[in-house]
Amino acid sequence: MTGASPPEATVGASTIGLDANIVVGREDFELRAQVRVGPGEVLAVLGPNGAGKTTLLRALAGLLALREGHVEVGGARWDDPAANLFVPTTDRRVGLVFQDYRLFPHLSVLDNVAFAARARGARRGVARTGAAQVLERLGLDSLAARRPDQLSGGQAQRVALARALASEPAMVLLDEPLAALDARTRLEIRTELRRHLSAFAGPSIVVTHDPLEALVLADRILVLEEGRIAQTGTPSEVARRPVTEYVARLMGLNLYSGCLAGPGRIVLDGGGELRTATRSVEDLAEGSRVLAVLSPGAISLHLGELPQGSPRNVWTGTVSGVELLTDRVRVAVTGAPDALVDVTAAAVAELQLSPGQEVRLSAKATEVTAYPAP
Amino acid sequence: MRRNTFSAVAVLAAATLSLAACGGSSSSGTPSASSSSGPSGEITVFAAASLTGSFTNLGKAFEAENPGTKVTFSFGPSSGLAEQIDQGAPADVFASAATKNMDQVVEAGNASNPVAFANNTMEIAVPADNPAGVDSLDDLTNKDVKVVLCAQDVPCGVSARAVFKNAGITVTPVSNEVDVKSTLSKITLGEADAGLVYVTDVKAAGDKVSGIEIPADDNATTTYPIASLKNSKNADLAQAFVDYVLSDKGTAELGTAGFSKP
Amino acid sequence: MMALDRGDRPGRRDRDLRITTRTPWPMMLPALVAVLFLLLPLAGLLVRAPWTDLPQLLSEPEAFQALRLSLVCATAATGLSLFFGIPLAWILARSRRPGISVLRALVTLPLVLPPVVGGVALLVALGRRGLVGRYLDEWFGYSLPFTTTAVILAETFVAMPFLVITVEGALRTANQGLEEAAATLGSKPFATFRRVTLPLIAPSLVAGSVLTWARALGEFGATITFAGNFPGTTQTMPLKIYLLIQNDPDAGIALSLVMLLVSVAALALLRDRWLSSGARL
Repeated sequence: MTGASPPEATVGASTIGLDANIVVGREDFELRAQVRVGPGEVLAVLGPNGAGKTTLLRALAGLLALREGHVEVGGARWDDPAANLFVPTTDRRVGLVFQDYRLFPHLSVLDNVAFAARARGARRGVARTGAAQVLERLGLDSLAARRPDQLSGGQAQRVALARALASEPAMVLLDEPLAALDARTRLEIRTELRRHLSAFAGPSIVVTHDPLEALVLADRILVLEEGRIAQTGTPSEVARRPVTEYVARLMGLNLYSGCLAGPGRIVLDGGGELRTATRSVEDLAEGSRVLAVLSPGAISLHLGELPQGSPRNVWTGTVSGVELLTDRVRVAVTGAPDALVDVTAAAVAELQLSPGQEVRLSAKATEVTAYPAP
Repeated sequence: MRRNTFSAVAVLAAATLSLAACGGSSSSGTPSASSSSGPSGEITVFAAASLTGSFTNLGKAFEAENPGTKVTFSFGPSSGLAEQIDQGAPADVFASAATKNMDQVVEAGNASNPVAFANNTMEIAVPADNPAGVDSLDDLTNKDVKVVLCAQDVPCGVSARAVFKNAGITVTPVSNEVDVKSTLSKITLGEADAGLVYVTDVKAAGDKVSGIEIPADDNATTTYPIASLKNSKNADLAQAFVDYVLSDKGTAELGTAGFSKP
Repeated sequence: MMALDRGDRPGRRDRDLRITTRTPWPMMLPALVAVLFLLLPLAGLLVRAPWTDLPQLLSEPEAFQALRLSLVCATAATGLSLFFGIPLAWILARSRRPGISVLRALVTLPLVLPPVVGGVALLVALGRRGLVGRYLDEWFGYSLPFTTTAVILAETFVAMPFLVITVEGALRTANQGLEEAAATLGSKPFATFRRVTLPLIAPSLVAGSVLTWARALGEFGATITFAGNFPGTTQTMPLKIYLLIQNDPDAGIALSLVMLLVSVAALALLRDRWLSSGARL
């Protein structure tokens, strides 16, 4: 699997990007996370609300001081409580794009983008020329004279990114950059953002709770839950082998944990068992803890007789809910084990599915991906 | 809610009752007292602010000598009091610090035959330690001496300028104060080196200021007139109080405050 | 009719309209009384004004002198209040030190103090024999009372709290996220204050300045007590008016009208130019 990830993820991270060991404590919450991001690498920090994602960004930006650990970017120490070292935000050169953008309402777009240069002592004319170039590069020159309150959400997001990039940051941090946008704009901006982040030479971190955003934007994903790292890996690793219920749900997968009870046979913790054809678990000893995922689309749902060529996994359950997704219907089934099953809308009508109904489920062993539990 | 409304009504009723009780007792008091020898009842005296000390004492003495009487004072600037009287304020006696204000009341038909009952003269007031070493009117012309006067618009300012005119000198003050009290306070606080105020004010200030007499030829005298008022509901008592102020006892009391007999 | 209206324009819009246009009568009546109470005395001034003699009364050089002194001193006092009051407001709004609320109460004390008491307090502190003033006198031979500077100080003492509380309130509610954003862009705290915070609170700054200026313009008690009254140096309009009223009420009323006019003009001008446009924030 390591081969699938870009080389920066493993090589660059250890050399000269971001190297941080973050320990921050609030009254009722503690964040502990080791974060490494290589130059040019984009790390997505994915996690539910309250997981500590924003706290992580604030600690990196110097808006919050570490209790323990360190923050080092490009070889320069920014925070090191043990050495009594703390570089204030002002001197850190972080390009932080806030979730609510935080554009200065009294300044034009041009002056917003020129702000960092002005703050570092450039004359107004010089700063504006530089800002105009950045705007042009990002295709925003037509907005230069506008005030923030004359911008659409998408435009404001672009300007906020332009402002952060124009400050010539050593590291770019984005806090839920697309959360405030409508679905169509989000798609547009996401593509753009991917391009700009790829062009940026330093480490970037994108905080998000949207798995798609993380998958599209990032070279690597870090999953944060309750102040701890739940999983890190390339997008494909995380998408295919989630280790927590939260990530599995985000990726739209059924995740089961259990013990290896024989070749390709997994006894599940919640009852029932699954057969898998995954080769990588063949070497594991019997009794090893494993995780198994099964896509809702790979499960078939039947009312009567099973079709020919019987699959290896067959079990019964009760329909507990039916939810209409954009292009299909997701049926929640309780049984041993529970499962989410995707069927077509036509199938729902044909089968007349409704809660309480008894159904039979089947899945091929080749569709069950198993891997060792972390 | 309803209970609140009720209790509010009750309070109102109680207030009305007590008012009625007040009215009753005073009206029943008047005839019974008039059947005996002296005057009785209540009067209100409007008097110039400079009379505050001496009139308060006189009022107490008068009440002691005439049991059953009550004298209430309202002290203030003479101009303001005259204005109030002309607007129908319930006053029985007016004692003014200037003939001008009394004339106004007489002209409006609210009083007649005012009598001069006291004279007040000017004095140089200096802080107790007299930092500028002032000892005569001429010293006030010195530019380094900070002099405060009353403004020309108020009686003590008119008197002060009359004094300078009599003495043939020109004095440039650092401030024209709005009344005699604020003039005096600038001196008691030591912010000014000297000022012209009434003799009575110097006396009243005690040892915080010392007074330097002005030669009688140069001095300006202010005459205080008193009169009972036409609209008095108790003309007898009002006249009795006026007489008391004019009596030897009155003159003596005013004398201790620094007033002289006209 | 209501039913018809509702039928024509159903939904939320209609409800919103009715909520914003209707004033409940328990609010309406007292408000009406308040308006009358505030405007009636002003109307009285207008009625009593000696309109025919007005040009002659106003052309007196002393009146003009007093008006000019009033305007100069009120403006200077507003300037001082801004220069010293804004930093003070910032500290009151942002400091988390213990005792800051006590400090707030103390510095806004002049709001409730009778101005004359304020004047006496200034004398006792800055007068020739005052706590601090005596050294001014001893070392530099300078004494504040009876000077134009004293008028400005008296007005500042009484009026500055208006600026401080207005600006403090604005700083409290100002978006501190923008200050964080400025920090990430490399802006040092004071530069952030100048470039971001100050422009953000500009409408409150203007409102506070207007209040301060108006209060200073009308100042009487502290001025007369601390600075005295002398034409050209310390006699401001309120002092002049107070003295005139004693002897020549018509002239006093005439000057009051001028004050009224100047204040209304200044307020209207500022309101149009600044306050309404600032409502956007």
